[in-house]
Amino acid sequence: MDASLKNNYGNKINPQLFGLWIAMGSIIMMFGAFTSAYIVRQAAGNWLEFRLPDLFIFSTVIILISSITLQVSYNAFKQKKELLYKLGLLISFLLGLTFLILQYKAWTELFGIGVDMKVNPSSSFLYVITAVHALHIIGGIAALMVAITHAFTLPFFYSKQRKMRFQLVLHYWHFVDLLWVYLFLFLLLTR
Amino acid sequence: MANDVLTYNDDTLIKEQGFEDHFHDHHDGDKYQSNFVTHYIFSMDHKIIARQFLITGMFWALIGAAMSIIFRMQLGFPEESLTWIKPLLGKWITVNAETGVGTLMPEFYYALVTMHGTIIVFFVLTAGLSGTFSNLLIPLQLGARDMASPFLNMLSYWFFFLASVIMFYSLFLSTGPFSGGWTAYPPLSALPQASTGSGTGMTLWLMSLTFFVVSVLLGGINYITTVLNLRTKGMSLWRMPLTIWAFFVTAILGLLSFPVLVSGFFMLICDRSLGTSFFLSEIFIEGAALPNVGGSPILYQHLFWFLGHPEVYIIILPAMGIVSEVLSVHARKPIFGYKAMVFSILAIGFLSFIVWAHHMFMSGVNPFISNFFVVFTLIIAVPSAVKVFNWITTLYGGNIRLNTPMLYAIGFVSMFISGGLTGIFLGNSAIDIQMHDTYFVVAHFHIVMGVAAFFGMFAGIYHWFPKMFGKFMNETLGKIHFWITMIGAYAVFWPMHYIGMAGVPRRYYSFNNFNSFDDFQLLNQFITVAAIIVFAAQVLFVINFFYSIWWGKKMKDKNPWKANTLEWTTPINTGHGNWEGKLPVVHRWAYDYGKDGKDYIPQHIPLTEEEKAAEGSH
Ligand code: HEM
Ligand SMILES: [Cu+2]
Repeated sequence: MDASLKNNYGNKINPQLFGLWIAMGSIIMMFGAFTSAYIVRQAAGNWLEFRLPDLFIFSTVIILISSITLQVSYNAFKQKKELLYKLGLLISFLLGLTFLILQYKAWTELFGIGVDMKVNPSSSFLYVITAVHALHIIGGIAALMVAITHAFTLPFFYSKQRKMRFQLVLHYWHFVDLLWVYLFLFLLLTR
Repeated sequence: MANDVLTYNDDTLIKEQGFEDHFHDHHDGDKYQSNFVTHYIFSMDHKIIARQFLITGMFWALIGAAMSIIFRMQLGFPEESLTWIKPLLGKWITVNAETGVGTLMPEFYYALVTMHGTIIVFFVLTAGLSGTFSNLLIPLQLGARDMASPFLNMLSYWFFFLASVIMFYSLFLSTGPFSGGWTAYPPLSALPQASTGSGTGMTLWLMSLTFFVVSVLLGGINYITTVLNLRTKGMSLWRMPLTIWAFFVTAILGLLSFPVLVSGFFMLICDRSLGTSFFLSEIFIEGAALPNVGGSPILYQHLFWFLGHPEVYIIILPAMGIVSEVLSVHARKPIFGYKAMVFSILAIGFLSFIVWAHHMFMSGVNPFISNFFVVFTLIIAVPSAVKVFNWITTLYGGNIRLNTPMLYAIGFVSMFISGGLTGIFLGNSAIDIQMHDTYFVVAHFHIVMGVAAFFGMFAGIYHWFPKMFGKFMNETLGKIHFWITMIGAYAVFWPMHYIGMAGVPRRYYSFNNFNSFDDFQLLNQFITVAAIIVFAAQVLFVINFFYSIWWGKKMKDKNPWKANTLEWTTPINTGHGNWEGKLPVVHRWAYDYGKDGKDYIPQHIPLTEEEKAAEGSH
């Protein structure tokens, strides 16, 4: 870690975690913009109604489970249970990938029934919102990959530094998970 | 004045009373400074990054200003030949074969206006102003070794650089850069075939600004984290200088508003390349109907101005912070109403999010809804007036040093008053029916934002130049620069109010078809001449700047202005980590000027027994 981080006296929050939270605030604003634009546009009429693919329910369940497994892995790390820690990381990673695949399947399903990106702003919004969210998931998966590389290449030991790094991944992952839950509920409730 | 000899022995003070953070025990902090490339180019030191932002900003300021001179030539002297500028602009000047008269092509006129706006608003007054001074002052004035994440800080600059390169490249496209106005409203921005600049020019504009937003976000995360987490011992929030408060709120505004712009950009990109219709509906181009239906260009305006209005405060708040500091230091008086200043910064920051539709009174938004925006818009005048009142009261009865930074700070106050008043005209939706998209708006925002923010930036540069480069800028040149700019700027923008009230629309290439506007030709010529003179004065500034870096008067004293803030306790050649030994510990606010008969008492001077007693008594 950079030396300059150590110059603060006695404050509890880690600056990097704090920075991550601020970044989450920005991301919330971005999706806030998408969803409010969605509402405004929907109110203006000429809005194609279509059923959301059921696959979204599965992907929601999957991403929720992945949050739990990552939390389990984190707790295991803190309790120095190496195996559970590594396993949890791997499973979360795989579940993350599954989520992406399910989102993609949902898209092709929509595409199959003729709801492509151009038909109507209602579908354009759906594709754009889910795609931008998927990009954030990809970011999370990249972070998970770094965590996995650390887990499997470095000798296992517990340190504050490693716990902090893990925390960054964990918080971000919970965040993109909850973000999806919000988006899914939003899309459902505005049908 | 007897007080002028007052100096403090910082070195012993910090040694005895400072806070030991063991920064210099390990040398990992210094290792990335070891060679030329890591020191000056890919530097992670906030002071170097500040200078990088400043110099890049100056580069853009010159380009942006030069563009305005070219289109002012067109507006002031439409008949005059521009053949002499053909070597620079090439095919954008068409020369009449018979008469030899060179004319600026309308397409390029629009490109120039658009690029001028984009460059000045984003690259100069956002990156160049907030980027420079937030980077320089946040760690120095808070007593921090560097930013929370020096690495992200470096990335922030390099994303700005990347954005700059892309935008600069777009200037040389054969179809020209984007030409649909700095606000990039669809359909001009959404349809590649809409105008010459709407194709590749707009694609590059979008790419550039997206990278720019990344830069702002990385910077902002750092500024906020540093302010909240890395303050030295004793530096409570209520002891922070107003500069820091301003940068802090600016960063929050940026983090909350720029992402909204990005979502607008994503939708625009989809409209451009993927055939969606977020912002497009029922458009005919060359007689053929486009397939897009159901979109709304107003939606883009909402997304844009939700950023756009906070953005104008992102520009002005840092200038306000700088001016508060400079006024107080050079008036040798505490800033009047410190807490009121902080609360007005916060109020302005909050209100700036709920007034955006005042840019859309004439876009067809519901007049009933407009009323809410009128009310909130006019309420912004209250915290703005509080600030103006406090600046003037700070000056009142002060021991004023009329040096260049101070002149610019006072000039800022003047400009902010003039421009703020016209804002109140525009904020009334009924008056805006006449004023919207006329030169009145141009006058308003150039005075209140353009000129005022530049003045804040100049005040900051002249004031902190010694801290940045260890030299002083030349005072005589500085004063000449100030007076020409001050008088010249009013000469440029004051007449525009009249032109605008008469209904002359902005963004017109030529008024040949409107006989009623012929009366303003002379005024337009006057404006153009004034603009050229002001531009020349800025060249003087640039010369002064670079001359002083190498040959300026050397800074001999650590604290030449006898200021209270912590940056002046660092060594003249401030190295990595800012303080050589321990960190200073803060005992008081930043504005103890003229207290108890002492000219100034810096923040790291412990309280005296009397002061302690006074503090305890209330
Ligand atoms: C008392 C405070 C202010 C009020 C009531 C106010 C009001 C307005 C209104 C109503 C408009 C829209 C005019 C139109 O397009 O018809 C406007 C334009 C503008 N204002 Fe202000 N303003 C204020 C202060 C400021 C400040 C402090 C800044 C910047 C630092 C600023 C920057 C701008 C800009 C850039 C535009 C024009 C943008 C464009 O159309 O290109 N204003 N203002
Ligand atoms: Cu505004």
